[in-house]
Amino acid sequence: MSHLTDTKKDASYLVMGNEAIVRGAIEAGVNVASGYPGTPSSEIIESLSRVASERNLYVEWSVNEKVALEVAAAASFAQLRSLCAMKQNGVNVASDFLLHLVGSGTRGGFVLVTCDDPGALSSVNEGESRYFSRLMEIPLLEPGNFQEAKDMTKWAFELSEELKQIVVVRSVTRMSHASGNIRYGELPDIERKAEFKYSGFIFDPEEGVVISAPVDWKHQQQQAKVKRAMEIFENCPFNTYEGPDKPELLLITSSACYLYSKEAVNVLGIEDRVGILKLGTTWPLPPKLLAKNLSRTQKIMIVEEVLPFLEENVKILAAEMAAEIGVKTFYGKKDGTIPMTNELNPDLVISGLSKILGMEYVPVSAEYDQLAKLSAFVGAPARDQVFCPGCPHRASFLSIHNALELDGRKGFVCGDIGCYSMAVRPTGFETLKTLHSMGSGMGVASGFGKLGQFGMDQPILAVCGDSTFYHAVIPALVNAVHNKANITLVVLDNSGTAMTGFQPHPGLDYNVMGDEVPCIDVAKICSAIGARVEITDPFDLKGTREMLNNLIEDSNGVKVLIMRKACALSPQRKNKKDFEMRVDETICLGEECGCNRFCTRIFRCPGLVWNEKKKKAEIDQVICAGCGVCADICPQHAIVKEEVA
Amino acid sequence: MASNQLVKDPFNVIITGVGGQGNVMASRILSNMLVQKGYFVTIGETFGASQRGGSVMSHIRISSHSTWSPQVPKGRAHIVVTLEPIEAIRVLANYGNEEVKVLTNTRPIYPAGVIAGESAYPAIEEIEATLKKLSHGVWLIDATEEAVKLGNPILGNIIMIGALSALGDLPVNRDDFNAVIRRTLPGDKVADNLKAFDMGAALLKN
Repeated sequence: MSHLTDTKKDASYLVMGNEAIVRGAIEAGVNVASGYPGTPSSEIIESLSRVASERNLYVEWSVNEKVALEVAAAASFAQLRSLCAMKQNGVNVASDFLLHLVGSGTRGGFVLVTCDDPGALSSVNEGESRYFSRLMEIPLLEPGNFQEAKDMTKWAFELSEELKQIVVVRSVTRMSHASGNIRYGELPDIERKAEFKYSGFIFDPEEGVVISAPVDWKHQQQQAKVKRAMEIFENCPFNTYEGPDKPELLLITSSACYLYSKEAVNVLGIEDRVGILKLGTTWPLPPKLLAKNLSRTQKIMIVEEVLPFLEENVKILAAEMAAEIGVKTFYGKKDGTIPMTNELNPDLVISGLSKILGMEYVPVSAEYDQLAKLSAFVGAPARDQVFCPGCPHRASFLSIHNALELDGRKGFVCGDIGCYSMAVRPTGFETLKTLHSMGSGMGVASGFGKLGQFGMDQPILAVCGDSTFYHAVIPALVNAVHNKANITLVVLDNSGTAMTGFQPHPGLDYNVMGDEVPCIDVAKICSAIGARVEITDPFDLKGTREMLNNLIEDSNGVKVLIMRKACALSPQRKNKKDFEMRVDETICLGEECGCNRFCTRIFRCPGLVWNEKKKKAEIDQVICAGCGVCADICPQHAIVKEEVA
Repeated sequence: MASNQLVKDPFNVIITGVGGQGNVMASRILSNMLVQKGYFVTIGETFGASQRGGSVMSHIRISSHSTWSPQVPKGRAHIVVTLEPIEAIRVLANYGNEEVKVLTNTRPIYPAGVIAGESAYPAIEEIEATLKKLSHGVWLIDATEEAVKLGNPILGNIIMIGALSALGDLPVNRDDFNAVIRRTLPGDKVADNLKAFDMGAALLKN
């Protein structure tokens, strides 16, 4: 049983930010939850699925974020409470539906949780979801600590029902994946019945059709909701001020930056000089609350991550209210006090504060700092990200790399998001040459595949993962087949959404609720679309490489090669060695072999290391996953595999 | 609220290692031991794609009265526990200070660049000398080797938690550990984890 449904009063629970959000949704009586996995959001749907039967929820991993938002919207239209969770990039995918949804309005409380990743700790960009709230004209809430992550999510459902509009709760990696103590509230005991009412007058928000037209009238309704939200936010307990009545400097912040700001003020010991206005409601901003706080002082510092969203919005209000509050001096992104890329931390806020207040702050002695930095430079060699020991991608990309080398026509691979994105690095033999959003490898390849009329004669490949295939590759595949692009798609099928932690996808016969469900076969889809389809086991290096060359040479339209092997960390393979591996020292020729230490310099599996003393390769038995692939790469056959009984 | 037995408030522990070593599990167990004693704990973690063979870090902020930021400010670690020895050096460059204590596993996990011969991995004696220069005290523990003897190298993280508890700077003991794992781990794992914890405590005292 999950602690997320505990009913103990006055107990303190250590929860991840994402779990706090989940508890808030449970306390609000959420009925339906959907999403698509993406770090740092994935634990929200996972945790909800674990309490689904106990709390009578319907929870699903949808095929992509747009469909997830549509699925959750249906529940809201049927007067249920629903939650949809995704990482920031997912909001881009869902945004087309979102724009229509905000025009039509919602019924049951509907909360969109977006988890942004400033600093791209687990992403290939640091995109912003906050601007969607302004663009789509919908309320935006940002928790500033773990307790608020719970309380605010619960409140977001109530707000959504009051406004008849979707409400966004935005978290960041340092909130979603951090943990802290919270106290739980009560669990509700309400049964909601799903019914979609559509027979009322077209303008009736409760019983009319759900549609964003007539546009002018609906848009006016939508903007009235924003205005109402603004009024509610004027007296919202999630907007707080701490500090002297008339501080020297007013710091305005939100989200995880609130914790950094508090810490920075504490470290510098300037609690009597600096006031902190922490905003939990960051769109629309409540003007009266801002006027009151901006009036406290002349110097204003705005602390937020990545783009100057808060800064711009505060400055617009300050300009409108200048006659009332006077002219202010702003410090933030625009003047360079706070960096405009990457995540923040207490030190960056300390640095900004010290600059403005003319203070000097030395965290450690210059002598220590210099020695520590030098020691790390000399004594802590960089740790590049690598495919795990036993990862099928290492074998797959070795075959793709070798096939392209053998082909000799400067072929290349277009890719997208997954563990296999690392194939731009040496761990994937630097095989990927373009890397963009989910499914983009296939779309970009489809475009390259039509450049023959301009003289392009390089073989073109795309790669995608199995979950990605369903998410966004199918339309690109249809496009490539229909437009007769001459390309090869490699589906790296490792039996799950591996990078985010093995969430099930439509290719599997079970779902997140543990039900048996029909699986949608990749090979059959590709065949039905009209591609030539082949399947290999990437651990069969020779067979896979030969098949790939055969497909690349086939100039007749779209070919698909499914390389099928479960992820080394999947439940079916984790901690299970197929082979015991060892290097026969009497056979390994070390540097004397003509192979240029292929096993350790090129193949680079963490389980296959170089013994400096013996000048031979050896297996690190603690790390080796026993996949057996390296036995086939040694020209001397010095790497020996023995099947585990 | 806890009766405050912290030498510093907030007290900052950093647990670091390489993806797959059980870094997150170690930080959760230690933090739960403290939460059950009434302390406020914030854990800041890096995982996700960053766990694939890369360095991972958990920042644990312990306080008797409030929630602190999920990132320790520069130079403010009190104890650094590392599941992989060079990661200790990496962490000290940002968070170390003259007073910091370091508990490190001695078992290297070689970075790909080292395996390929592009960079050199220092000998454990060199690592120890560096850590001594950069800290108030260093404890080297053969956690992985001992864990292998217990039957599973992953228990290295629990051995390190046992050692950390025995160091005595944090108000946690074997009973706290026992209570947490009985609540959070499957029953058949409890005995091995207790053995690993005791092993860590014994290794520290030697």
